[in-house]
Amino acid sequence: MEQYVQEKSLPVAYPKEAAETHVKRKSSFIAALPFIGPFLILIVLFYLVPVVLTIVMSFTGMDFTLEWKFVGLKNYIKLCQDKSAGIAALNTLKYVASTLLINVGFGFLLAITTTYFTKKQNTGLLFQTIWMLPRMTPAVIYALLWLWFLDPTEYGMLNAFFGKLFNAPPRDWILTSPMPVVIIANGLIGASLGMVVFSAAIKSIPESYFHAASVDGATDWDIIRYVIIPFLKWPIMFMTIWQTLSLLTSYEYILLITDGGPLNKSEVWALYSYHKAFGSYEFGYGAAISVVLVIIAVIIALVMLKVFGYDAMMNRGKTKVQG
Amino acid sequence: MPQVKRNKRGILHSAPIYIFLILVSLPIVIAYLWLFASSFSSKLTLGIFPKGLTLNNWRFLWSEIKLGLTAFESIWPVTLNSILLAGSITILEVIISLLAGFALSRMDFPGKDLIMKTTIILHAFPGVALLIALFYVLNFINLLDSIMGVVLVKVALELPMATWMIKGFFDEIPWELEWAAYIDGCNKFQLWYKVILPQIKPGISAVAIFAFLAGWSEFIYSYTFLFSSEHYTLAVFLKNLIGDFRFLDYGLLAAAGLFYLIPVIVFFLISQKSLMKINFGGIKG
Repeated sequence: MEQYVQEKSLPVAYPKEAAETHVKRKSSFIAALPFIGPFLILIVLFYLVPVVLTIVMSFTGMDFTLEWKFVGLKNYIKLCQDKSAGIAALNTLKYVASTLLINVGFGFLLAITTTYFTKKQNTGLLFQTIWMLPRMTPAVIYALLWLWFLDPTEYGMLNAFFGKLFNAPPRDWILTSPMPVVIIANGLIGASLGMVVFSAAIKSIPESYFHAASVDGATDWDIIRYVIIPFLKWPIMFMTIWQTLSLLTSYEYILLITDGGPLNKSEVWALYSYHKAFGSYEFGYGAAISVVLVIIAVIIALVMLKVFGYDAMMNRGKTKVQG
Repeated sequence: MPQVKRNKRGILHSAPIYIFLILVSLPIVIAYLWLFASSFSSKLTLGIFPKGLTLNNWRFLWSEIKLGLTAFESIWPVTLNSILLAGSITILEVIISLLAGFALSRMDFPGKDLIMKTTIILHAFPGVALLIALFYVLNFINLLDSIMGVVLVKVALELPMATWMIKGFFDEIPWELEWAAYIDGCNKFQLWYKVILPQIKPGISAVAIFAFLAGWSEFIYSYTFLFSSEHYTLAVFLKNLIGDFRFLDYGLLAAAGLFYLIPVIVFFLISQKSLMKINFGGIKG
C-alpha cells in the first residue's frame, strides 16, 4: 500500500524534477557546440595556449625577433644568480604580506564599523560608497591621484599638509619611501573588496544571535569576538588566499606609481618579469620569471578548490567586483 | 541588519566610530574633490582650495595640447578608440557568456564537468602573468597593435567570471518554463532567445556594465599591445600625458582625468539601480 502511494504520487508531488529530467536530457557535444564553441575558442587561444607557451618560452632565449632559440635551463640558472631577482623576491614578500594585512585587517575594520556600529544604514552605505570609489576608478586616474597626493613640491597634498601644520619642508615621498607608498596604494583598493565581502557576511548573521548575546549582557567586544569573528572565519580565509594570488601577480598600480623605482626599491616579481620582457626585450628570461608565478598560482588555485570546494567557489565568483 | 538595542549608550558611544570613519575616508574625498576643483581653477592654494575659475584646463577638448615642439594628438579620436574598445568588449562578452552560460546551466553534454572545473581554476588565475605569451599569440594571429586584439584578450580573460554570473542567473529560472516552451514547439535557439533571455534582463545589464567598465578602465594590455598612436586609448593617452605634464600642469591632467572618468561616474549611478533589481527581478511569464 505504502509503495503504491509513493509510486503514484511521485510525478505529481515533484513536477519540478519531472520537468528537469524531461528537458535536461543528454545532449551530444555537437549539439552543445553552437553554445559553448565561442567560449572554448577564446579560452583555449588566450588562456590555455599562453600557459603552455609561457612554459615552453622559458627554455628559449627569445628576444624581440620572436624566434625560438632553445637554450635549455640557462634562463633558470641565470635567475638563481640574478641579484635583482633576489631583491624583487624580497620586495614581493614584503609587499604581499603588508598589503594583505591592510586588505583583510582594515577591510574587516571598515566592514564592522559600517555595518555593525553604524546606526543608520544609509550612513554606513555612504562610507562604503566612498571606499568603493578607488576600486571603480581606472588605474591611470587612481595613480594620478597618488602622484599628486605625494608630489615632491608644496603642490602635493601631503607636503602642503605637513608644511602648514609642522612647517616641514617638502619631501619626495616616492623617492624616500617607495615601498610604503606602493603598499598603501594597493591596500586601499583591496580593503574595499574585504569591506564588501565581510559586510555581506556580517549582514547574513541571524539577528537572534545578537539579541541572545545582548540579553546575556555581552559587550560590543564580546559580540565581535564570539559572534561575528566565528561567522567570518571562512570569508576571511577565502579573502586571504584570493588576495595573495592577485597581489602576487598584480603590478599595474606599481607600474603606474613608482615603476619599480627608485633603483629597484619597489620592484616586485611580476613587474620584474614585465620589465625584462617589454623593457629589455628578453622574452625568454621574462617567461622564466613568469613561470615561477604560474606554478604558485596553479598551486594556490588548486588549494582553494580543495579547501573551499567546487560549489563555494562558484558562488564566490559573484561577489568578486573587479581586478 | 544587526541593530541591537544600543539606545541607552546613545551618540556618545558611537562618536568614536564616526570620527574614525570620517578620518580614514577624508583623504579619499579630498583626492576626488581635488580632481574636480583643480580642473576648473588656474591655481590651488594649500593643495586643495581653488583660486581663479578657468576653462583653460579643458582646452584639450577644442585644441591640440602642445609641449615644446611635440604636439599631442587630439583627444577625440582617442576617445573614439576607447568607446570602440569598451563597446566591443561588452558586446562580445555578453553574447559569448550568454551562450556558454546557457549550455553550462541547461544542457548535459560530455566534457561539461571538465570545462567547468578548468574554468573555475582559470577564474582564479591572473591573466597578467601571461602577458609575454599573449604578445606572441597576438603576433601569430596578426592582431598585434590592433584594438581588436586587445578586445579578444580582454574578453577571454573576463569570460570565466562573466559566464559564472550568467550561469547563476540561468540556474534560477524554473524548469517548467522551459518545458512549456518545448511543448509549444520551440527549438533550443528559440528557447534561449525568446523564453530564457527576457527572464534575466537585469542580470544581463549587470554583466554588460561590468564588462564596459572593465574595458573602459583597461590599461595594461592596451599599453603593451598597442604601439601606433592612432590606436591609443584614453588610458594610454593619459599615461603619456602624465609622463610629460606631471610637474608642469596638474590642472590639465585633472581635467583630462575627469573627462576619462565621466562614463565611470554615469555607469556607477546606473549600476546601483540595476544591481538592486537582480534580487527583485522575478518571473513574469
